[in-house]
Amino acid sequence: MAADLLSMLDIEKSFGGVPALLGASLSIEPAEVMGLIGQNGAGKSTMIKILNGAHALDRGSITFAGQTWKAGSPQAAQRAGVSTIFQELNLIPFRSVTENIYLGREIKRFAGLLNWSAMNAGARQLLRRFDVDVDVTQPLGQFSTAIQQMVAIARAVSFDARLVIMDEPTSSLDEAEVAVLLRTVRQLKADGVSVLFVTHKLDELAQICDRVTVMRDGKTVAVVPAQGTDKLQLVATMLGRDLADVKARGATAFTEATAIGDRLLEVANVAIAPRVSDASLAIRRGEIVGLAGLLGSGRTETARAVFAADPAARGSIRFDGATTGFASPRQAIGAGMGFCSEDRKVEGIIPDMSVADNLALALMPALKRSGLLDEAAQRKVVERYIKSIGIKCAGPDQKIRELSGGNQQKVLLARWLAMNPKLLILDEPTRGIDVGAKAEIQSLIRAAANDGLGVLMISSELEEIVEGADRVFVLRDGRTVQELAKDDISEGAVMKAMAHGADPGPRTAA
Amino acid sequence: MTALKPLILRNGALVALVGLILFNFAVTPNFATMQTLSVNLTQVCTIVIVGVGMTLVIATGGIDLSVGALMAIAGALSPMIFMGTLVPIAPLWLAIALGIILPIFAAGAFGLFNGWLITRFSIQPIVATLVLFIAGRGLAQVSTNGNLQVFKVPEFQAIALGRVLGVPFQVWIMLALVAVVAFILKRTVFGKQVLAVGGNERAARLAGVPVTRIKLIVYGISGLCSGIAGLIVIAMNSAADANLIGQGMELDAIAAVAVGGTLLTGGRATIVGTLLGALIIQLVRYTLLANGVPDPVALIAKAGLIILAVWLQQREQN
Repeated sequence: MAADLLSMLDIEKSFGGVPALLGASLSIEPAEVMGLIGQNGAGKSTMIKILNGAHALDRGSITFAGQTWKAGSPQAAQRAGVSTIFQELNLIPFRSVTENIYLGREIKRFAGLLNWSAMNAGARQLLRRFDVDVDVTQPLGQFSTAIQQMVAIARAVSFDARLVIMDEPTSSLDEAEVAVLLRTVRQLKADGVSVLFVTHKLDELAQICDRVTVMRDGKTVAVVPAQGTDKLQLVATMLGRDLADVKARGATAFTEATAIGDRLLEVANVAIAPRVSDASLAIRRGEIVGLAGLLGSGRTETARAVFAADPAARGSIRFDGATTGFASPRQAIGAGMGFCSEDRKVEGIIPDMSVADNLALALMPALKRSGLLDEAAQRKVVERYIKSIGIKCAGPDQKIRELSGGNQQKVLLARWLAMNPKLLILDEPTRGIDVGAKAEIQSLIRAAANDGLGVLMISSELEEIVEGADRVFVLRDGRTVQELAKDDISEGAVMKAMAHGADPGPRTAA
Repeated sequence: MTALKPLILRNGALVALVGLILFNFAVTPNFATMQTLSVNLTQVCTIVIVGVGMTLVIATGGIDLSVGALMAIAGALSPMIFMGTLVPIAPLWLAIALGIILPIFAAGAFGLFNGWLITRFSIQPIVATLVLFIAGRGLAQVSTNGNLQVFKVPEFQAIALGRVLGVPFQVWIMLALVAVVAFILKRTVFGKQVLAVGGNERAARLAGVPVTRIKLIVYGISGLCSGIAGLIVIAMNSAADANLIGQGMELDAIAAVAVGGTLLTGGRATIVGTLLGALIIQLVRYTLLANGVPDPVALIAKAGLIILAVWLQQREQN
């Protein structure tokens, strides 16, 4: 076994008296891909930021390539061989691929003129190493997220990085793009570069990593080989729970449906240019319907069409016994719908407003008394939901942006539950939320359904669809290819339909 | 002391204003007179009135560059009505009433036009309102053939020069507007929706906020406020010069809003802050002038104030 490339020992760090790391350790061998997992708040990001120089450590020691590691800034770390690729890529979309790769250390001719041909050739060559063949003179923003990520990686590698840190690199990629990224990681490994791979997705660990470091509550709790370690075991370690307990309860917190009623929503042969050509689905009262499909299969577009969030779609949508022709979300809300978008920050919260105002935003028109907002009534509603669904906040007047992702999502759920809707559309309701809050949100959704609410749930996590839904519709390339009844739902069946279209087996009309 | 710090930060504008006033009591000769109060208040009046509308616009994440031009339109239109140049109107009270109401509504209609451009064609507010910033003043000048309209109609001019309880009437108009709109912003559903649109427009729309209507209304209100300010200016001057009314007002109003603590990117706004912001800018200028500092230097001080205000905002954001 080679000597460690990186070894971080007994790292301690606190922010304003609140400890974030309490003796965490991490070691990576040369050319090793190390996975790093843990719940939100476990200390993963702090660990990364200490390594790349964004934060200074309070106590502990770091050695990198045999020497004591000291980086005062991410730039310094990059020069010394540690490059970080953040979740939100810090690239410039309007500039060319070449410019993005060479930004800050351009190749110059005499008199400071830029040597474009040399830089373009260099960029092309770098990208070819990862089997990416694009016109490097085109603006970066034109390319897919995956290509942009490759460019970020190429940029990192061009600094002669010996360790590349990737912070949830696959969270915004579809399956094909993930495959490209994983190939790139293998290429890095083959070139002798080590990779620290931070992820929420357990499946990727076995595919790509050599070992996995598990963090919990600011400490390193386990370092295990990626191959041959049970996924449930990893979850149990992450949560600090008993393995048997996790097995008994399942990986999600959904329970059985108790109150499925009559038809609530019927979507037939809906087409939305350019992605959706023929989507159909149906929801009954009290039923959680899962909408499955790969990224780009038209799930989100279909759900948004029901809520009239985007310009009109063709086809028939019947809701609560009448054909809908909503011109805006406002009308859909008036008819009894609610919608939680997949992007909480961009389309969900109003960051500068209080928890109370965010929670009551949709309800406000109903709280109007002769033009004025009835603040007493608002407060009552808000306090009831804070208590009943366990929103952790300093109080109703705290700004929502100060809350954790899970609590923000609870506020948004409460925004709709307070409206007492008939149908709630949830696009990725638990994305980016730690495991604990995830379970709470899942049981909340089931409880609401048992009170008669129809739920349309989109999720990229198969477990959530398989365990949570009473019925599943699978979209592929903009068409509904399969409907699965409760008893037919399994990860295998859903995946098969997502990948290959309809199963010759139980295909019922939508 | 630690409890005091956030209090000072949050009410920075008020603390600065009180500090300025105390400084003047100590240093500036003849400061504590009714005369000083009156001069300073009348000079900020129109800025505050326009600033109230501007605050709402900025709260939605927009900006209104056309306010000065709309003042000119209202100011040019009004004398034509009450002096009977357009159509002779017999009773003076009716002529004056129409000469007040119609120009204000005309300015409001132009404000709605701004909102229509912005919502219907998704044009950036700074570009959409640039249209009337340029064309509006031209319109006012063309309609008066570029002539100066001089008049002496005390009944009309009372809106600026009249006094109630010793305070100029225009100050009462200003205070009433500040109070009413501050109340609307804080306590009504409309006010919350204005802030929601500025805080996150896409989220607001998906939560059922009528985004288009809200924007139309705030630009309409900004137009109405500009109209009122335009009338006050001509009433003070006994003359309407379409070329001069409200010249540079857009920048004064935006400065007052910024110094007052309203977030220029939208989502957080304070009407009372805008009043304080305008008072601070005015008082700094007055302090410098009264102590023998020339006006150009006072302009630099004003720029410094704006930079300070924006810097404070950013610090608070982090």
